[in-house]
Amino acid sequence: MTQLTKIRATMQVDVADIRIIVTHPMETGQRKDPKTGQVVPPHFIKNVTVTVGGKTVMEAQWSQAVSKNPYLGFRVRGAKAGDKVVVHWEDNKGESETTEATLA
Amino acid sequence: MTMKRLIRILSTIGAVAFGASAVAGAEDDRRHFVELYQNRFAGIQLADYVYGALIFSADAKAQYDSMMVMPPWQDVIEQGRKMWETPLKNGNTYASCFPSEGKNVGGNYPYFDDKLGKVVTFEMAINRCRRDNGEAEYKYDDMATMGTLTVYARSLSDGMSVNIKVEGVGAQAAYETGKRFFYSRRGQLNFACANCHVGNAGNRVRNEFLSPVIGQTTHWPLFRGEGDLWTLQRRYVACNALTRAVPFAIGSEEYNNLEYFHSYMSNGLPMHTAVWRK
Amino acid sequence: MNSLRRTMLKRAGGAMLATLGVASGLLHAKHAFAATWNSGAFEAKTAPDALKQLGVPATTDSSDISFKAPDIAENGAVVPFEVTSRIRGTQSIAIVVDKNPQPLAASFTFANGAEPTVNLRLKIGQSSNVRAIVQANGKYYATARQVKVTIGGCGG
Repeated sequence: MTQLTKIRATMQVDVADIRIIVTHPMETGQRKDPKTGQVVPPHFIKNVTVTVGGKTVMEAQWSQAVSKNPYLGFRVRGAKAGDKVVVHWEDNKGESETTEATLA
Repeated sequence: MTMKRLIRILSTIGAVAFGASAVAGAEDDRRHFVELYQNRFAGIQLADYVYGALIFSADAKAQYDSMMVMPPWQDVIEQGRKMWETPLKNGNTYASCFPSEGKNVGGNYPYFDDKLGKVVTFEMAINRCRRDNGEAEYKYDDMATMGTLTVYARSLSDGMSVNIKVEGVGAQAAYETGKRFFYSRRGQLNFACANCHVGNAGNRVRNEFLSPVIGQTTHWPLFRGEGDLWTLQRRYVACNALTRAVPFAIGSEEYNNLEYFHSYMSNGLPMHTAVWRK
Repeated sequence: MNSLRRTMLKRAGGAMLATLGVASGLLHAKHAFAATWNSGAFEAKTAPDALKQLGVPATTDSSDISFKAPDIAENGAVVPFEVTSRIRGTQSIAIVVDKNPQPLAASFTFANGAEPTVNLRLKIGQSSNVRAIVQANGKYYATARQVKVTIGGCGG
């Protein structure tokens, strides 16, 4: 299966800069499918957890208001190059993905 | 001096003079625009004209910069890359159809093909490659095929300076046809491209700033909003529709000639495809 | 720069156990979020209601919250925001878009060295007051921006 989560994790001097993007429709449940005229049901990521070096650094709760193909950028102190960055998300349909990257 | 030699010299001068005037016409036009805009918009570097309407609003440019940090369309680019790298029916790749395997060639399109007697756009070159290698042509207006393939293929020319050539009688005629289109009023609103993008560049239509002609063609195909893929001629269709004119078809000779003239105006500016717009 | 090593994909609706492959060790078999998704807050239809559901009694305006937001959104479907809290002890940041059908847009909790700063892109349905709420040491602070969403002249 194609990986939906993309992680860019780099050390910027002494702080880890972490950028995440997920290919996900983030459907609000208010949009009508132009072809069928039917309302497209809500389909959005609800929970995101990020760990760096095995420690949880970020927990996010998202709503349908987060844009399609959602982006998340933040920074972590005390991390070092080589640390594992793990991103796990779950959406309202119970779908999820866990992706790993190495802090460069 | 012999008659023969005199005729030879005169015809050479004539050819040079005629050839020179063909280029001089386009180059004069481009320089005229550069001067016009630089007089009107003091302090904007020529290289920044590639940002179009964004040069008129720091607020808008900041949003662009933010989106470009990590744009939400990597999956489309990936798809385009796969399409580019997948061999065609006879085993050849797209790269084999272009010089330098398709790297740094985008800035040469469109060009005027003297043999065919018409303007050839990058998309037409892609389709020629497909035909020559046993594949059916892509529809020019299909973002899922032609759009997706070219948003990747043209990115191989990112950083290249636009380098459109207008040399010879046929080229000049096509250029002039495109230029005429640019200046012709059309539609219920009776606007020409020039009305908005020359006369009113820097002004607003409702809430939207109007971009100058210089730099407009350097960054296509691009993504709008959430990640909606647009090719340049798709934009021509939309602009014509907005002036309540009946648009031409994407891939039509009218739009190809327009694109030829239009692209020349960005000569010397760096290309960068897959950028963000509202 | 971007060395992605391994992706574990779980698609089954109920199954919490990941079928881990070789030498996974680093990944937990079961992911438990510390706080469950606050449906009461996310489904609230007004900003005051969302804040109440979040357990925010009142907020103090603070100039120590840097809230970068556009004046006029280029496109209401993707409006970039950046919130940075300089308030000591910041544990979480929430964004509330007053005029959205469900105002609570997102919330973030920071730990183990994460700086209280976040970059995100939100849908803004119409011109609205947008609030950045910060929780620090059990107290709540806020700042707000007006973001305009317009119908342009050349869109489409």
